[in-house]
Amino acid sequence: MLKKIGAVLVVGGGVAGVQTSLDLAESGFKVYLLDETSSIGGVMAQLDKTFPTNDCSMCILAPKLVGAGRHPNIQLITNAEIKKLQGEAGNFEVTVAKKSGYVNEEKCTGCGICAQKCPIEVIDEYNEGLGVRKAIYLKYPQAVPLVYTIDRERCIGCGTCREVCKADAIEIGSEKETVILNVGSIVLAPGFDEFDPNLKSEYGYGRFSNVLSSIEFERILNASGPYGGIILRPSDGEIPRKIAFIQCVGSRDAKIGNNYCSSTCCMYAIKEAVIAKEHNPQLQCTIFFIDARAYGKEFDAYYDRAEGEYDVRFVRSRVSRIEERPSSSNLIAKYVNDKGPVNEEFDLVVLSVGMNPPKHAEDLARVLGIELNEYDFCSTQTFSPLETSKPGIYVCGAFSSPKNIQESVAQASGAAAKVAGLISQEKGTLTTVKEYPPEREVSDEAPRIGVFVCRCGINIGGVINVPEVVEYVRTLPDVVYAEENLYTCSQDAQKRILETIEEHNLNRVVVASCTPRTHEPLFRETVRDARLNIYLFEMANIRDQCSWVHMHEPQKATEKAKDLVRATIAKARLLKPLPKPLINVTPVGLVIGGGLSGMTAALDLAKQGFEVHLVEREKELGGNLRHIHYILGSEDPQQRLTSTIKEISENEKIHVYLNTELVDVTGYVGNFRTTLNCNGERKEIEHGIAIVATGAHENKPTEYLYGVDERVVTQRELEEKLAKGDFEARTVVMIQCVGSRNDERPNCSRICCAQAIKNALKIKEVSPKTDVYILYKDIRTYGFKEDFYREAANKGVLFIRYDNENKPKVTQENGNLNVLVWEPVIETSIPIEPDLLVLSVATIPNPDNKRMAQMLKVPLTEDGFFLEAHVKLRPVDFATEGIFLCGLAHSPMFVEESISQACGAAGRAMTILSKETLEVEGAIASIDENLCVGCGLCVSLCPYRAIEKDEKGTARVIDVLCKGCGTCGASCPKRAIMIRYFTDEQILAQGLAALGRTPHD
Amino acid sequence: MMFMPKIIGFVCNWSLPVGVDIASSSSIHGYPKIRIVRVMCIGIIDPSIVLETFAKGADGVLVIGCHPPDCHYIEGNLQAERKIKMLKKLISRTGLEPARLRLDWAYASEIERFTKIISDFRNQVTALGQSPLAGERPDTDILMNIKAAKAATEDFRLRLLVGREIELTEKKNMFGEKMSQGEFDKMIDIAIETVYLRNKIYLFVKNGPLSIRELSKRLNLDPRVVLHHMVVMKQEGLVAVSEVKGTTPLYSALGEARC
Repeated sequence: MLKKIGAVLVVGGGVAGVQTSLDLAESGFKVYLLDETSSIGGVMAQLDKTFPTNDCSMCILAPKLVGAGRHPNIQLITNAEIKKLQGEAGNFEVTVAKKSGYVNEEKCTGCGICAQKCPIEVIDEYNEGLGVRKAIYLKYPQAVPLVYTIDRERCIGCGTCREVCKADAIEIGSEKETVILNVGSIVLAPGFDEFDPNLKSEYGYGRFSNVLSSIEFERILNASGPYGGIILRPSDGEIPRKIAFIQCVGSRDAKIGNNYCSSTCCMYAIKEAVIAKEHNPQLQCTIFFIDARAYGKEFDAYYDRAEGEYDVRFVRSRVSRIEERPSSSNLIAKYVNDKGPVNEEFDLVVLSVGMNPPKHAEDLARVLGIELNEYDFCSTQTFSPLETSKPGIYVCGAFSSPKNIQESVAQASGAAAKVAGLISQEKGTLTTVKEYPPEREVSDEAPRIGVFVCRCGINIGGVINVPEVVEYVRTLPDVVYAEENLYTCSQDAQKRILETIEEHNLNRVVVASCTPRTHEPLFRETVRDARLNIYLFEMANIRDQCSWVHMHEPQKATEKAKDLVRATIAKARLLKPLPKPLINVTPVGLVIGGGLSGMTAALDLAKQGFEVHLVEREKELGGNLRHIHYILGSEDPQQRLTSTIKEISENEKIHVYLNTELVDVTGYVGNFRTTLNCNGERKEIEHGIAIVATGAHENKPTEYLYGVDERVVTQRELEEKLAKGDFEARTVVMIQCVGSRNDERPNCSRICCAQAIKNALKIKEVSPKTDVYILYKDIRTYGFKEDFYREAANKGVLFIRYDNENKPKVTQENGNLNVLVWEPVIETSIPIEPDLLVLSVATIPNPDNKRMAQMLKVPLTEDGFFLEAHVKLRPVDFATEGIFLCGLAHSPMFVEESISQACGAAGRAMTILSKETLEVEGAIASIDENLCVGCGLCVSLCPYRAIEKDEKGTARVIDVLCKGCGTCGASCPKRAIMIRYFTDEQILAQGLAALGRTPHD
Repeated sequence: MMFMPKIIGFVCNWSLPVGVDIASSSSIHGYPKIRIVRVMCIGIIDPSIVLETFAKGADGVLVIGCHPPDCHYIEGNLQAERKIKMLKKLISRTGLEPARLRLDWAYASEIERFTKIISDFRNQVTALGQSPLAGERPDTDILMNIKAAKAATEDFRLRLLVGREIELTEKKNMFGEKMSQGEFDKMIDIAIETVYLRNKIYLFVKNGPLSIRELSKRLNLDPRVVLHHMVVMKQEGLVAVSEVKGTTPLYSALGEARC
């Protein structure tokens, strides 16, 4: 066998690829992150908002992109594609072809002068063709890497960029280069492509200007999009009053071969309608849909809000055709409702386009030797959702099936855990840890401030009189040195700063340039190289806040720049060096719950060499999986359960505690101490992380004669019958959403539609003559599960829709069960007399969640499931560091989703367990114990649970948990809390200096 | 009275026959009414000067330089040729007849040729009649168009492309490749159209806020095209939505900047 290699290739720089890369790099692996375009970010970078929280997409994504771009162990390889693969799991050799962007990545500062002067305008793909860019361009302003690229196909080679580039970064070398990478494993995250709406000619896309695709509409909604955030009609620039959204364009469509459901379109259409209404409350939004597939966590609540609060109109009908009224460019949607055919006029039509596999899926599969499924998505199995058909190559995100951001991100962390399990021994062998010189002691010195003012090419220098600012700065107190730089961020400028600090014995450094969000880490590193503590550095943003916004008023912009730099210097005078202490990590995991999720997470951690305590309250492992006897399109789950339990029992690293409950949890990330009650015996364990996998329960219904008539059973009970072979019935009625999507539990239980169809198909298999009726609200067989819905319908299973106003009525008459159901198409109630009535009951949270949540200091949703740190980007993390969640404890989900999340939780946990120590932030809260009276306000206000009371009743900050937000300090009744680096004194001095005053005036 | 066109001639020092500058100003037979402005090389003629000359009422503009490939200044005449070609394309969009502008070649020794060029051009201009921009009441639409065209000739992008035409089509570009004349023409035609239209839109909205529909009417242009240009102009900070009337956003010009 070849030697394993501690490096990983991640293919695709969307949110999934970025997450995998970050988790792996944080855990000690070298990562090559490859993207076929010029920058990472993927589709999420194009989105305006994300459901169901309406977070700004770019705002939440950008920090991750910057993190990946700056990570010392992540190497971005852009404009690249894989050409060849050799080797085997653990040791691959990958040949990558990289197209040249003709810009030196080291030298380009991203100032953008080249694009400003480039004479060639090109239709901008990022804005979906609604705007323009230049032939030398950045995909979008926040792009990572911040390096311009020449679009060789459009460039005329006039050389203007080379002439105007002050950083001398344009380099005309060869068109392509070949890179050979040696990696232990590969993660595929190439995402998806949008379905081409031109293929649905009946909707007139491409012919009618006011028919848009959903991604185009997303750009239109965006404030930095082509229309500046005003919704306009492309035909005439008017603001639309009536918008129609048409669902399932390119999904659930046998005619075009995309039989599957794209899983995300219902929710994103609702989101787009809601956001559009927020832009313009007078707007009327109508969504034409077949089934509203709001199946995810809290999705139905969002759907209800759209309908109730935002007045979005939902029409359950397939629009057959769109026609254009030539005089007004308005659009006529033709559809059928209960009353008959309707022609309705709209100002704008948005097509909710589905997800196609990535364009190059076939090439990729051929080169890598992996299998695709019938729709050309990556083929995976129910019990191994992150594994491709080739060992050592893993997959996450939309490439394996259409899915939303949160599921992609959870899978991304899961794929990282899989990789780590394969090459865990090689951890840390290829990563670099930077060594810094010892810090210089400056506490006793008077401030000696050096100021570096950046021209940013002409970005700042073209508007602000930089020499005037520098001259002015020299007159300010404690400033002993000031200079201007063409680009303060360039490599040579770093060298100059370092030398200047030594030469002038500077002990505070201020850079006046762009945004600290992207550039502060770079300058901090430079001052650290010059033996200064990083907290002796501060930045003033005179680009965004002066030269950009006051471009047409250079004099005023210059004055404002002086104000800002003066204010920053006023703060810098008060800066103090701050320690960044290290705390040890106990490399042990605790997994709470021994169901499928818990077992999976425990195994994934153990495979990486970590010791794991697996705690189960029942007398055996398995949880809900013990009741699942078959799964649509999958192997036998019971066999799988047996083999998993065997694997666990044979793994020396995993300690299983049955009949065991948690009694108490103390400590914090890296250093938890938990007391267990094992069969009445107390036991204490120490661990660095905890994973909550406590599962959920099947609700016991109280309606439809359940418990009264023994012919009324739940789906799980039916499944037991079928498995045991004691099923016998001529007529079966199934009722969906029993206890879900009602006033008590507004959300969907997600799994019951497929569960009902699974059982219906099984019935048709064992007893083809049995009539099966499924009474439903919406059939939510998303993704490839749609195939089974179609199969069931083809096999004669009858689907009848009902809504909350016309629920089925179940009675007992003459010893017979009678179900009366309203048939909306023929508008009559029809009676059915089933031998068996099967209820698809809700999945309800574990009743013990409350106690567990209190013990772990983590929150629950209103429904009672555990609440993750961030719906989209931290789906398996809690806000409390070091604690993770997965499986049904999170929300109802299928087996493959539970496994993905469990691996994801293990992947997130490994980023902590892989480190011997955690570094504590310096800019955090500290409490003066002499002033603290122990009122406890800060303890309850802290969003990170980073403050606790000690034995004396005094509040104490758990440094490693504090994020430095300062809420505690500003609220403390005794003003006993100081936030380092942002002390009241520093903030006030900065504010007053901006006014031209000092605290001593 | 017979129409006597006012023609301005920009003539290279080395093409100009001795005595012509005196003769042309009198009404001696064979020399029409042409005012010659002597320049050292026609390469010096800025396209905006030609348009300003038309804006102020010239019936024709004649540019005469040395026969290529000869040029006292290596290739000033050829550079001028590219500029005149671009100008003609611009002028054809304004409503003024492009035939009112001509470039021709002559040596100082070719007095006959020189005289013929002038008389031919005079005949041509005479046939076209008085310029719509000359006289008491110049055509305001065309005048506005000429202003937009003039602003276009002052645009960085257009000037850059014209200036690089010879280099790109006859020599080598940054990548060591040559562009065919056809490709270049296609590219610059788009640039000319774009820059001209944006300047025209800018001039319109400078006089007061306008909607896309209204602009489309005034420009006799597909509103989608107007919106497209407006999007770019907004991006560049030249215009902004100043008010919204009902469902109609109105755009205004910002500052004095040009496209």
